[in-house]
Amino acid sequence: MSTRMFGEPIARREDPRLLTGQGRFLDDLGRGALAAAFVRSPHAHARVTGIDVADALDVDGLVAIYTWDDLPGRVAEPLPLLIPHPALTHGRTGYALARDVVRHVGEPVAMVVAADRYLAEDAAERVRVGYEPLPAVVGIENAERARDLVHPDVPGNVGAVLLQENGDAPAAIADAPHVLEFRLSIERSASTPLEGRGVYARWDADDGSLRVYSSTQASTSVRAAIAAKLDLPPGKVEVVAPDVGGGFGVKIVHPWPEEVLVPWAARLLGREVKWAEDRREHFVASAHERGQLHDVRVGFDGAGRVLGLDVRILHDHGAYTPYGIIIPIVTSTQLLGPYRIGAYRAEVRSLYTNTLIVTPYRGAGRPQGVFCMERTMDRIAAHLGLDRADVRAANLIQPDEFPYDQGLTFQDGRPLVYDSGDYPELLRRVRDLIGWDAFEGERRAAAARGRRIGIGLGCYVEGTGVGPYEGGHVEIDSAGRVHVSTGLTSQGQGHQTAFAQIAAAELGVPIESVRVTTGDTRRFGYAVGTFASRAAVMSGNAIALACRKVRAKALRIAAEALEADPRDLDVTDGVVHVRGDRSAAVPLATVAVLSNPLRYAFDAQTAAATQFATGRPPSEPPVAPGDEPGLEGRDYYSPVRSTFAAGAHAAIVETDPDTAEIRILRYAVVHDCGRLVNPRIVEGQIHGGVAQGVAGALYERMAYDASGQLLNASFMDFLMPYATEVPAVEIDHLETPSPLNPLGIKGAGEAGVIPVSAVIASAVEDAEGIGIDAMPLSPDALFHLRRTSAAWSAAGTGAGTGAGAEAGSAAGAGAGRRREDDDAGGVARGAGDLNPASPPDPSRGGEPRPGQPGIVPEGEL
Amino acid sequence: MKPPPFAYTAPRTVDAALEALAEPGAKVLAGGQSLIPLLNMRLAAPARLVDINGVAGLGALEATAAGVRAGALVRHAAAGRSEGAARVQPLLRRAVRHVAHPAVRNRGTVVGSLAHADPAAELPAVLAVLGGAVEAASVRGRRTIPAGAFFAGPLEPALAPDELAVSAFFPAAPPRSGSAFAETSRRHGDYALAGVAVTVALGADGTVRSARAGYLGVGATPLVLDLTSVAAEGACAAAFARENVDPDGDVHASADYRRHLAGVLTDRALREATAEALAEARLDGPGARDGDGGGGGAA
Repeated sequence: MSTRMFGEPIARREDPRLLTGQGRFLDDLGRGALAAAFVRSPHAHARVTGIDVADALDVDGLVAIYTWDDLPGRVAEPLPLLIPHPALTHGRTGYALARDVVRHVGEPVAMVVAADRYLAEDAAERVRVGYEPLPAVVGIENAERARDLVHPDVPGNVGAVLLQENGDAPAAIADAPHVLEFRLSIERSASTPLEGRGVYARWDADDGSLRVYSSTQASTSVRAAIAAKLDLPPGKVEVVAPDVGGGFGVKIVHPWPEEVLVPWAARLLGREVKWAEDRREHFVASAHERGQLHDVRVGFDGAGRVLGLDVRILHDHGAYTPYGIIIPIVTSTQLLGPYRIGAYRAEVRSLYTNTLIVTPYRGAGRPQGVFCMERTMDRIAAHLGLDRADVRAANLIQPDEFPYDQGLTFQDGRPLVYDSGDYPELLRRVRDLIGWDAFEGERRAAAARGRRIGIGLGCYVEGTGVGPYEGGHVEIDSAGRVHVSTGLTSQGQGHQTAFAQIAAAELGVPIESVRVTTGDTRRFGYAVGTFASRAAVMSGNAIALACRKVRAKALRIAAEALEADPRDLDVTDGVVHVRGDRSAAVPLATVAVLSNPLRYAFDAQTAAATQFATGRPPSEPPVAPGDEPGLEGRDYYSPVRSTFAAGAHAAIVETDPDTAEIRILRYAVVHDCGRLVNPRIVEGQIHGGVAQGVAGALYERMAYDASGQLLNASFMDFLMPYATEVPAVEIDHLETPSPLNPLGIKGAGEAGVIPVSAVIASAVEDAEGIGIDAMPLSPDALFHLRRTSAAWSAAGTGAGTGAGAEAGSAAGAGAGRRREDDDAGGVARGAGDLNPASPPDPSRGGEPRPGQPGIVPEGEL
Repeated sequence: MKPPPFAYTAPRTVDAALEALAEPGAKVLAGGQSLIPLLNMRLAAPARLVDINGVAGLGALEATAAGVRAGALVRHAAAGRSEGAARVQPLLRRAVRHVAHPAVRNRGTVVGSLAHADPAAELPAVLAVLGGAVEAASVRGRRTIPAGAFFAGPLEPALAPDELAVSAFFPAAPPRSGSAFAETSRRHGDYALAGVAVTVALGADGTVRSARAGYLGVGATPLVLDLTSVAAEGACAAAFARENVDPDGDVHASADYRRHLAGVLTDRALREATAEALAEARLDGPGARDGDGGGGGAA
C-alpha cells in the first residue's frame, strides 16, 4: 500500500475554488425562486392574540402569507425532540410557526412568500401581530428562582436533572485535608458561521418528488425529517448540502422551522421557494451556547491531588430543548479532563429561559467543563502555594492506565472510557513550548519596564468520533477516476482533501484522480452528520474500509487478467502490477472496464469488456455468483465507543496597568488527535478553534436585557475577534494512535476552542493577582475587578497589584481570592479552606494568610 | 435585511443635487458606510436617495496655509494618504488611521462621517477640537457652520433636511504645536469606547499657550475641554478629564470605565502632543510650519 499521501501536509484541494469566489453556497442557487421571509416575535414571552395580514396584501409581488392556522397535519405539530434522554423529563419543542405563545425574541410567527426577498420583507413588515406580553425569564438565576415560568407545565423551569456520579464525592470532600468552594460563570456565545442557515426547495409535481438544498450539517437526517413531516417516502426527497460557509455546530440542529416550511410551501405553491437567513435572524432565530453557572466543592490533599469533586451545574438551555441535554452531559463528563479524580459527582439542572435555544457550538459544553476543572487546579495550586503545572501533573492519568474508565456515561450512551493518550508528555511539551520554567525571569524583566505579564495553562480531553456510524462509497470508473462519497456534510473542514488522501493511500492512486462528494443524499443515503469532531474518524475509516473492498476486488480482477496471484499484486499510481515487476501491469481504469461485463461498447476501451472479448469460460456466468458488476465498494464504520483526543494549551498575556486591556502575547498548543491525516488541516482546525476560544475568553457574549431583548444582535456589537485580535498559535503534535479504529485517528475539529477560556483566565489571574471566575473577561470587567480587589486590599494591607510576582511562585495567586459579585449575579463567596481542621504547613509558606495582598481570609464565608 | 423601497437619483452637478434634496424625504448617499446598514436594517426609510458620488467638484482635498478643506467626496483613505494634509494638520491623518478598516476607509467619506455625527466617531472630535467648520449648501443658499454648532446631538448634525454638506475645513496647526490621537476600542477598528484628540501649542517662551482635547465616545456630542490650565501635570489633566466627561454605559463598557479611560487617554495624548510641540519648537523655530504649509494641493 502506498502510504505517502496519508499524513502529508498537502494544501487543501478545495481552496482555489473557494478562495476565488467559485463556491456554490445556498444563496448562489435558485436565482429564480420565490423568496421567503419571516415575521418574528419582538417579545421574549407573549401570547399571540391575533394576526392581521390585510396591510401586507397590498404589496405587489406577494404570493402567500402563512400562520400556524394554515399548517396541515404533521407540519402543525411541535418540532421533534431530536435526542431524548431519561433525565430530560420536561423536554419541550416549539412549533414551526408559533401557535399561541412565543417564548423568545425571534420565534417565527408567520411566513411570507413573495417574488423576491425585498418584497417579502416589505410584506412581513406590514403583518400586524397582536401580543399580550407575559413575564420574561432571563438569566440562569431568574430561571432557577422560578418566580415566572417559561412553560406553564414545567415546574421550576427545570427541563432536566442529571446526576453523574463515580464514588462518594461528598464523603471524600468531608474527609479531605483541604476544601475549597467557589462559583464560576461562563456567558453565552454562538457559532456565528459567516454563512447563515438557508433552505431552497423545488417540487417536481409530475414525479412527486422534492429536491431540497439546505445549509446543514446533517443532510440525511434533514431528509428523514422532511419526509416525515410532509408524509413523503424518503426516496422521493433528495437533500443536498451545497458548499456550506461554516457550521460550528448550529447547523446540526434540524429540522429548523424553515427547513419544514420552505419545502412545504414549495409543494403547496408548485413553485421554487428559497429562504436565506440574514445576520439579524441568525442572532435571534438560530441557536446559542455556553451559558452555565458552576458551584464547585473540591477536597484535596497536600500534594494537590483531588480526592473529591462535587459540581452543581446550572445550564441555560433557552426556550426549548430540540437537541436534548447533550451539552450539559458533555460538560459534566468532559469536565474530568485528563485527570484521575478520587470521587466525582456532578448534578446538572437544565433550565428554561425566554431566550434563544441552546444547542452545541464547537466544543459543545467542554469549554465550560474545562474552565471548571482548570480553575479548580489553579485554585488548589494557589491555596497550597504549589506550581500550577505541578498540581496538574499530580493528578494526571498515566500512560499505562489506558483504557481508563472514568466510571460515567458519555453523550453517546456508552461508558466514558479513554482509549489512549500520554497526558504527562502533553504537559511536559507545553511547558517546554511556552517556556513555563523560565517565565519568572521574563516576568521580572517585563515588570522592570513597567509591563505586567502573566502565564497560564490548561489541559483537556475531548471525546471525538461518536457513533452510531458513517459509511463510505468508492467507485473507480473506466477512466480511472475514483469517486468517493460519504453521507456526512462539509462546512469547510477540508474533507475534499483529507478523505482523498485516505482514499489515495488505501487504493494506491494519485490524489488528483480522487473526487469526493459529501452531504448529498443522491450519492449516499445513510449518514449521521458532521459534529462532535467525528468526520475524519467516522467517514475517514468508513472510506478506508470501502477502499479496501475495492482494492481487493481490483486485485482479484487484475490477477485474472495478469494470470497472477492477487497476493503478489500491488497498486502504484493507479496501476495494478506484480510486486517488484512494473511490466506485468494493468491500470485500474482497465480493471474497471473488466469489472463490468458489457454487451454494448461505447468506446474502444470498453470494447475489451464486451461478450466476445472477455476471457471468462463459457461455462460460467459473466458475473460470478456473489459478485457484482463495477469496481465499487461500500462499507460502514461503527465504533463501540468514542475516541478521546487530548491537548494542553498555554498562553502568556499582558494586561495594561492603566486601561485594563488584555493582549495575548503568545499562545502554545500541544495537541494529540492520534495519527494525523493531514497536519496542515489539523493546524488550520487548531487556529480556527483557538480564534473562537479567544472570542469566548475575551470578546463574545450575548447581551440580553431583563426583558429578553438581545442588545448586540449584529456584527458591530457582537464582538467576533478579527485577525488582529487572534494571536499566532505555536503548535506541537503528539500522535498517540487510537486502538479503536483501523486508521488510528481521533477527531480534531473542536480541540482548539476547548481550553482557551481556562488558559486565558489562568494567565490574567497570574498577571493581575486577582481571582478570575467569569468569562468572557472584558477590559471593563477587569477594570472593575481591580477596583473591588484594590478596595478590599486597601482595607487589609494595601496594594494588590503585582501579587502574581509577589507570591513568589509561578502559581501566582488568584485562587482563594474574594470573588467579584458581578452583573452575572454570582454569589459573593470566599474560598478559604473550608476544612479548618487542616493545619497550614508553615514550612511551605504557601498557605494563604489573612491580610496577604488579595488573599481572602479564612472564614470569609 | 433588505431596505424598504426608495427612489434613487444620481445627479451630476451640485445644483441638481440640491434640487433633488429640496424634495421632502430625500437623503444624501455618499460613501454609504453608515447609511446602507441603516437602510438594510430598516432603521432609516428615506423616500429618495440622492447619490452624490457622480457629482463633479466635490472630490477636492485642498491643503493651504490656513488649513485642510475636504470636499464631500474625499474618502478617508485619500485624506489619510495626503502628505499635504498631513503637513498642514497632522491630526487628521492620525485620526483617520483609527477609522474602521481599509475597506471602510476606501469608501467612506470624511464629510459623511461628520454629517453622520456619531459621537463615537473620530472625525467629529477632530473637527471639534480644531474649531473647524462645515460648509452647507441648499437651494436656499450657502452657509458655514462652525464645529461648535454643528454637532447638535447624537447622530444629529445641524443640517436642514435640504442641505448638503459640501465640504469640511480643518484649520492648520499653528507654529510650535503638536497633536496626538488616542483611543481604546474593543477590537482593532471598532468605534472607540473612549478616545481623545489633543492639540498643544507653545508660546515663544516654550510654555503651553493652549492645550485642547476633543473627546469621542464619552458624551452625546464631541466634547471639547480646554486643558491649558492643567496641562503641566498629566495627573491633573487626567483628573480634569474624568470630572468633565459625561459618558453613558452600554453593552461594551460601563460609564465608569469610559470615564476612567478618558483620564488615561488624556494623560497619554497630552504627553505625546506636548512632546511633539516641544520638538517642533526646538527643531524648526518660530513660524516653521507656516512656511511649508502652503504647498499642499488637491488630492
